[in-house]
Amino acid sequence: MRRLLSTFALLAALASPVMAQVPFGQASATKEGLEIGASTSEIAITSDFRGADLTIFGALTNADELFLAIGQYDVVVTLEGPKDYATVRKKERVLGIWMNTESMTFEQVPESYSIASTRQIDMIDEAPSLNNIGVGITHMPLNPVGYIPNSGSITEFRDAYRRLKLSSGIYQRDTSGVRFVSSSSSLFRASLKLPANIPDGMHMVRAYLFKGGDLIFQREMPLRVVKTGLEQAITDAAHDRPLFYGAFCVLIAVITGWGASLIFRKD
Amino acid sequence: MQRAGRGDPRASAPCRFASVGIQAVTVYLPIAELSVNIFIILGMGAAVGFLSGMFGVGGGFLITPLLIFYNIPPVVAVATGANQVVASSISGAITHFRRGTLDMKLGSVLLVGGLAGATAGVFVFSWLRRLGQLDLFISVLYVVLLGSIGTLMLLESVRALRRAKNNEPLPVKRPGQHNWVHRLPLKMRFKKSKIYLSAIPIVGLGFGIGVLTSIMGVGGGFIMVPAMIYLLRIPTNVVVGTSLFQIIFVTAYTTMVQAATNYSVDIVLASILMVAGVIGAQYGVRVGQKLRGEQLRALLALLVLAVGIRLAIGLIVTPDDIYSVAVGGLSY
Repeated sequence: MRRLLSTFALLAALASPVMAQVPFGQASATKEGLEIGASTSEIAITSDFRGADLTIFGALTNADELFLAIGQYDVVVTLEGPKDYATVRKKERVLGIWMNTESMTFEQVPESYSIASTRQIDMIDEAPSLNNIGVGITHMPLNPVGYIPNSGSITEFRDAYRRLKLSSGIYQRDTSGVRFVSSSSSLFRASLKLPANIPDGMHMVRAYLFKGGDLIFQREMPLRVVKTGLEQAITDAAHDRPLFYGAFCVLIAVITGWGASLIFRKD
Repeated sequence: MQRAGRGDPRASAPCRFASVGIQAVTVYLPIAELSVNIFIILGMGAAVGFLSGMFGVGGGFLITPLLIFYNIPPVVAVATGANQVVASSISGAITHFRRGTLDMKLGSVLLVGGLAGATAGVFVFSWLRRLGQLDLFISVLYVVLLGSIGTLMLLESVRALRRAKNNEPLPVKRPGQHNWVHRLPLKMRFKKSKIYLSAIPIVGLGFGIGVLTSIMGVGGGFIMVPAMIYLLRIPTNVVVGTSLFQIIFVTAYTTMVQAATNYSVDIVLASILMVAGVIGAQYGVRVGQKLRGEQLRALLALLVLAVGIRLAIGLIVTPDDIYSVAVGGLSY
């Protein structure tokens, strides 16, 4: 349904008059926009979930045909997981043993992050403005909590955070994940990789439209990730009714132990 | 559907086989938040169960390090290990209860200390976890305990083996001998154990074991049994049954408290371990009955030392990455 809607939006965009005499589009009566839609608004994780691709469909509205033809539009689509504090710890050898000595906590960073773009985002825009927008793994805000006496170590911990998240697969990037259907089309498709260990909760799909290296439009859409079936029930029980859950664990142990002594009784 | 299957059996058969294979091999652990190979977990449970049946130990001190070696977060490994010990101790306790080799009064006094110790231990556990030193602390504690107990057991069993070889008589035990423990106040009479002993060392021992249960995920029998025999001079026949009685309640309590404070008991992992463990234990008991006591103790000592050394290597070897990241949940 959403795809159908975005197709209508595309048709509307194509139907609108192209103002070729205004090269930079500043005087354009209607500003470019972006429509996105996913095949689902909820992703269910079953016990054998091993990661998946999420396809986001979208279309530019009021796109300038000339700009489109010469590839001046860039689209970046991200999927941000639920935000939480994250602590990076650094080990050092103390008396021959490796132990955590330094740590830095970053405030409210997405637990998972997946980015797809038409090309490498650092080629789309300048680093300072990307930092400003906070799009991309290397540009998302990582603000340490509390007073950091040695400000030089912030970069070190930020780099470690990004590297660890990328290597564990929970942060993903695909520099060719967004493709226009054809070179002159304003219809695009973004493939976001969902890691196997994606956290459950409310995720946010964000789509950014860049024109000639400037962000001109931004849109977002929530996406819920839920653990289904038994896994979800167990996680819920463990967190919502922990005493009952603990008692149930003990009960299972008692039954198993008692049962074994009955079954294997020698007399 | 039927027609399609009959029409092209070659196409559908491998496909069905593949999907069954995947479902049978991996199982998702909802609390540890990772997928594991069910056969490895079953094998671990059965192997530890076998050894615990063979040596008459709970097996917590083996299952927790093994789970950590298999990348289960130590937080989950410890709490789930405690839960597994409940199951593995129950059948033994039932046997001792039937035989009448279980001193309820002595066990209850131990239990008072044990519950207090487990409560204190969980607080220390949560505090260390916040500090980011929990994993290190668990490993160091295991290395120290397994190393020292393994060495003591090995020395003792080698001495016993040598004595048996030379046909030397056992050293004469002097039952009437008292030590400082027996001069403490608050004495209580334990009829079944036929002893008159201060409650202070019993509660103290229980407390120490309780702390170990919540921090290491062990029952603590491997420390409690020697301490009861050599330190408190409790008659050997009631020691094992009574320690099992205390272990069941302390591990059950620890499971509940860990579940309530750290949300770290994985019921799926625990269930697989328990089922494999109790079955493995039955076969272990049979093998254990065929081996001689000194040989059995020497083997157990070597095993304990091996696990301790493996953990010590983990502490010394340069880690792959000196950084680690922890986000909410249980990943630290």
